[in-house]
Amino acid sequence: MIDPVHIPESAPDAVIRLERIHKIYKMGEVEVHALHGASLRVNRGEFVAIMGPSGSGKSTMMNIIGCLDRPTKGQYLLDGQDVSKLNKAQLADIRNQRVGFVFQSFNLVPRTSAIENVELPLLYAGVGSAERLRRAREALAIVGLADRGKNMPNQLSGGQQQRVAIARSLVNDPSIVLADEPTGALDTRTSIEVMEILQRLNRERNLTIILVTHEPDIAQYATRVIHFRDGRIRRDEPVANRKDAAQALRELPPAEEDDE
Amino acid sequence: MNFLAILKIAMRALGRNKMRSALTMLGIIIGVGAVIAMVSVGQGAQRMVQDQISSMGSNMLYVMPGNMMQGGASMGLGAASTLTDEDVIAIQREIPTVAHVSPVVNSSAQIVFGNQNWFVRIQGTNEQFPDIRNWKVQQGEFFNEADVVSGSRVIVLGKTVADKLFPGMDPVGQTIRVRNLPFRVSGVLEAKGQSMVGQDQDDTAIVPYTTVQRKLAGRTIPAISQAMVTGVSEAGSKLAQNQITDLLRQRHKIGPTESDDFMVRNMADVAATSAQLTTIMTLLLGSIAAISLIVGGIGIMNIMLVSVTERTREIGIRMAVGARPNYIRLQFLAESLMLSLMGGLIGILIGGSISRGISGFLGWPTLVSSLSVLISFGFATAIGIFFGYYPAHKAAALDPIEALRYE
Repeated sequence: MIDPVHIPESAPDAVIRLERIHKIYKMGEVEVHALHGASLRVNRGEFVAIMGPSGSGKSTMMNIIGCLDRPTKGQYLLDGQDVSKLNKAQLADIRNQRVGFVFQSFNLVPRTSAIENVELPLLYAGVGSAERLRRAREALAIVGLADRGKNMPNQLSGGQQQRVAIARSLVNDPSIVLADEPTGALDTRTSIEVMEILQRLNRERNLTIILVTHEPDIAQYATRVIHFRDGRIRRDEPVANRKDAAQALRELPPAEEDDE
Repeated sequence: MNFLAILKIAMRALGRNKMRSALTMLGIIIGVGAVIAMVSVGQGAQRMVQDQISSMGSNMLYVMPGNMMQGGASMGLGAASTLTDEDVIAIQREIPTVAHVSPVVNSSAQIVFGNQNWFVRIQGTNEQFPDIRNWKVQQGEFFNEADVVSGSRVIVLGKTVADKLFPGMDPVGQTIRVRNLPFRVSGVLEAKGQSMVGQDQDDTAIVPYTTVQRKLAGRTIPAISQAMVTGVSEAGSKLAQNQITDLLRQRHKIGPTESDDFMVRNMADVAATSAQLTTIMTLLLGSIAAISLIVGGIGIMNIMLVSVTERTREIGIRMAVGARPNYIRLQFLAESLMLSLMGGLIGILIGGSISRGISGFLGWPTLVSSLSVLISFGFATAIGIFFGYYPAHKAAALDPIEALRYE
């Protein structure tokens, strides 16, 4: 566990700096203390897995890191900018420019083609349509779905939908990608395929990835694992024997072509 | 984010639920269509009345002899014989704002030509009648001043009378008998159609008023029943009205405390009154129709609220990837606006067709004015914004975390 006092002030490449974050929800009369002064620093290019039982505060942490929510107390610097006091519209802009989201349930806009789903962040960023299309195609190619741009979400398998979601999270060239249980709705093989893409992006593009999961073997694909409990960080350690998803895929028995 | 992109997203969203969008739009279509059709009926009536009044001449005045009391019983306007030839001549001579003036002496008689006969209302006037009534002679010519002075037996026929007495013949120059006196037909007036009260204005014959007084009336020479006056302009007719009143009071030696023994009626006032009536009718019809437009607006609000609830998750996704609350608001506003705009356009087309149908099948005059089109379209737009705002605001106020979790 890292004591925030000992974080060097001149942290060279800290993408995320959370200091003594508190989050208190008011449920009628009762106050729920979801986070108790959690502090965390994530450097550029790290692949961090956040684990913990439900109610441990990891989802709240995720929402704050993703700028979907603001801390009740404490400071959050994203890419050096204090985002803990911004209003809704400013938070939307930060999410648009700095954060990519991958969700457990894919969360693609229904009845909207894959390429248009990927274009969505660019649309809200005000990028012109030709440039939007170009970048969306590029992102789809990275996740290996260059030829599925015209497909609607319901014409894609779960793994493919998640890859579209990953493409969408990349398209705005964000500082961090937040993956909230990205493999929760996928079978083993597809899960490893998704992890392979995330590992590749982390390695090749030096992308910072925060992964929330409750599967210990999925957490082993990260470089660092943080355990939450009762609104505090209980453990924060590097992954000793990091698994390579590409390797794991090769070792899997040849698949019965499940999603392509 | 540009407006075109917002419209495109809105268009797509509406396209996903074509049936629902069409039904929602139907409310606005019916509303706008009803407003256009109803107002067109009202404005058609308005136009017709105005046309009739201006065909009579809106700068026209009628001077009527006044009330007469006989043993305490009021005999009504026109009962007294207080208006004389000299009054009319004085009006012509002394009031510069008067362009034309003619005495009117009415009579009626059976007129006969060959084996045809017709009962006709005869108006005795002077030679200025065509100018006053703005009524041209179609064939032949009107009688002249000399005819009036001498009380000649000349007659100008209305179109209906000419057609009845001279089917397929040229009446000009023929001699007809009025109460057994021979009259020479000098001309035929052009057709004028129905009056405001539905009377056939062409069922008439005009002779010099002196002829009526001397030849057609009985033993007593009748006083003139009224005088028709036209002002030099519409504005001038108001002035003329006052000047005639002053002149006649003076001539009739009416003291300052006594009331007039005549009445001057300005057609512009009549026109204003009937314009007011038809405007009220138009407003009434329009506002009844506008209620259905508001009901249509409530339909939009209802559907938009359902749509916001259904698409809560989509809203959450859009917010997560960086849509500001304002964009979400605009997107839903664009949808409701598009529903009302398209409904408005279709409604205008349908309202126009209904209005045509009404004039075609029922024979009512209708008038689709660009103003009524603009107003109803503007109203539809306003309704789209007004009833779309609350659902759009609701969507924009959603919390992205809650919205993403929504099932």
